[in-house]
Amino acid sequence: MSKMNITRRGLLKGTALAGAGIAAPTILSSRGWAASYTNEPKGGTVTFGFNVPQTGAYADEGADELRAYQLAVEHINGDGDGGMLNTFSSKELKGNGINGKKVVFVTGDTQTKSDAARASAKRMIEKDGAVMITGGSSSGVAIAVQGLCQDAGVIFMAGLTHSNDTTGKDKRANGFRHFFNTEMSGAALGPVLEKEFGKDRVAYHLTADYTWGWSQEGSIKKYSEGLGWQTQAAVRTPLGAGDFSQYITPVLNSGADVLVLNHYGRDMVNSLTQAVQFGLRDKQVNGKDFAIVVPLYSRLMAQGAGENVKGIYGSTNWHWSLQDEGSKAFVKSFGQKYGFPPSQAAHTTYCQAILYADAAQRAGTFRPSGVGAALEGFSFDGLGNGPTEFRAEDHQCFKDVLVVKGKENPTSKFDVLEVVEITPRAQVEYPASLLGGELGPYNDGA
Amino acid sequence: MDDILLQVLNGLDKGGAYALIALGLTIIFGTLGVVNFAHGALFMLGAFCAVTVKAVLGFEKVALDPTRLTAWGTPVEIRTTYVEAWFGDFGTLLLNFSVPVSIVIAIPIMLLIGIAMERGLIRYFYKRSHAEQILVTFGLAIVLQEIVKSQFGANPIPQPAPEAARGMIDFGAMIGMQAGGVVYPAWRLIYFLFSLLVIAAVFSFLQFTTFGMVVRAGMADRETVGLLGIDIDRRFTIVFGMAAVVAGLAGVMYTPILSPDYHMGMDFLVLSFVVVVVGGMGSLPGAVVAGFLLGIVQSFASMNEVKNIIPGIDQIIIYLIAVVVLLIRPRGLMGRKGVMEH
Repeated sequence: MSKMNITRRGLLKGTALAGAGIAAPTILSSRGWAASYTNEPKGGTVTFGFNVPQTGAYADEGADELRAYQLAVEHINGDGDGGMLNTFSSKELKGNGINGKKVVFVTGDTQTKSDAARASAKRMIEKDGAVMITGGSSSGVAIAVQGLCQDAGVIFMAGLTHSNDTTGKDKRANGFRHFFNTEMSGAALGPVLEKEFGKDRVAYHLTADYTWGWSQEGSIKKYSEGLGWQTQAAVRTPLGAGDFSQYITPVLNSGADVLVLNHYGRDMVNSLTQAVQFGLRDKQVNGKDFAIVVPLYSRLMAQGAGENVKGIYGSTNWHWSLQDEGSKAFVKSFGQKYGFPPSQAAHTTYCQAILYADAAQRAGTFRPSGVGAALEGFSFDGLGNGPTEFRAEDHQCFKDVLVVKGKENPTSKFDVLEVVEITPRAQVEYPASLLGGELGPYNDGA
Repeated sequence: MDDILLQVLNGLDKGGAYALIALGLTIIFGTLGVVNFAHGALFMLGAFCAVTVKAVLGFEKVALDPTRLTAWGTPVEIRTTYVEAWFGDFGTLLLNFSVPVSIVIAIPIMLLIGIAMERGLIRYFYKRSHAEQILVTFGLAIVLQEIVKSQFGANPIPQPAPEAARGMIDFGAMIGMQAGGVVYPAWRLIYFLFSLLVIAAVFSFLQFTTFGMVVRAGMADRETVGLLGIDIDRRFTIVFGMAAVVAGLAGVMYTPILSPDYHMGMDFLVLSFVVVVVGGMGSLPGAVVAGFLLGIVQSFASMNEVKNIIPGIDQIIIYLIAVVVLLIRPRGLMGRKGVMEH
């Protein structure tokens, strides 16, 4: 007759060993995760949240972002002509969704207001089950939504945000940016400004008084003063001032021979139009032709300034006239669907959706830390900006930057900018420590 | 000295817009007793009259060139305007002068819009509180904005001045100062003169016509004028339309200065209310004087010499002046006794 001696200690040991045995295959596998994460997709679909300005001053840019996202979803799910998936160096996406799930999406309206953008992102995460939030046309909004996504445990793929702070002092582990930043704009523009205008120049800055404006002003001052230029004044202007003439009149007799407009969107259209109206583009100061520089150009917005953009230099993340295979495929796909070429906002948001999808496919999960690990240090090509890398240290994409100029003889209303120089990636790279901030750990949420 | 004169000129052209909008606001308030928060939207609608006229004049004939393809593979469109095809050089001239031409079109359109607004909505709120009037007119402004945005998009639409008025005028040389010191955009000087002309026309109309005399009498004592058998309501409806025309014309002529977008009215609305309050509720001369005064003060506050002493003063100066004026003269600079005091 056998006798079983079951002690309390023995039972605990046995349970622990059995538990470890069951868990071992998943713990040792890179694709295995014990706990769930925020909005882990359970059914046959995965939900993306497109948070773009649908009302307010950037509504047209937001509409273009939304068009690009819809196109990206089509391509990920295997509809349409495939667009840049055909030229993308990673071939993980097969046109059948991600990890066997079809992509569906919900949209939110940022209104280009931080509180409204956070509210719509929160709604998409909590109510609609979005596993990733993406989009936007403002750095203030991007930083606010990035913080929310970090706390909620979802990935944030930033839209059009150009401030250094997004992947600098305000960077977060769950946030990734494909778009370039003001540091890169400065590094790209510097040599072109030197070539066009020389080293002996006096600059006058008009700067939008918020995070992006300060960042842009700082970067241009850094690189222009590095050339030997003097900064006569840097005047902060209220966001949405409308009429900038009271800030432009002091420029006329200031002795400055370059006006740098650190304005974006409607402010850029108005300040540039008014600067040209005050004769600054045709003025001569210190024996030199007066110059106007718009460090961040948007083709959509430049159309609003009409003829006033002619000959004005600036930088941009991407332009539809690029002739690489990726850009051509995207322009063809977008143009055939919508009847006009995509903006840089459309390009960066399309890329962000594709990059997220590809990373989730490679990781085999939608878990933020898994997707993040797949994006960190990821090198790719074929998305329109040449060889590109998502730097692990700050989640910033590094790629070529375009220096553009307002076209003298446009052939259509879309043909307002011409690419003057494609600045190689090596020239715009900087150490991650330069812009400060801490990524912190990933948050997988629930 | 040159810089000071430049800022004065700048304040005058800016003040011209403030004065025109504030004048309309004051006329409506003085006659109908309505606080019209949709008045900025009328300024914006005027601007979009100019946009529409340019769009109509620029209506294009589109032909496809199958031998050339766009970057997305469709045939290139060759566009020529009908007006140039039909009228040749005169068509080109019309396109060039689309902003001044818009004035002629905008007058009847804005008059109709004003009358429709008053008859269709505002008149139902005469006897309501000012808070309710503000809510309903602000709501109307938002509706008008959204309608314009749905038709024209959210981006600013460039609206160039006629070529002859795009250059600069050496104002310094004109008044005997050193040449080249005070050079100012021609269109902005034209705008200032235009605003003076409209203001003079409105004052003359109210001062020297029988209609104006009745309106002024109605502003002073609406009840008594009614007892005399005069249908003052009908006249006030026309006055509302007239105020809409003034705001609309201010908007039309402002388009080369500020590329119009759906939101431009809101930018001017708050400032114009401050102008009305500083000038004195219900005082037409007060609105004009305060408009130019605040325009000039705002320009001076934006000078670097001033901003270096008090940073950010340019953004609060208008409101600071309003506080000071109201503390010293609670009815505003030229306010009438009894207005908004019950």
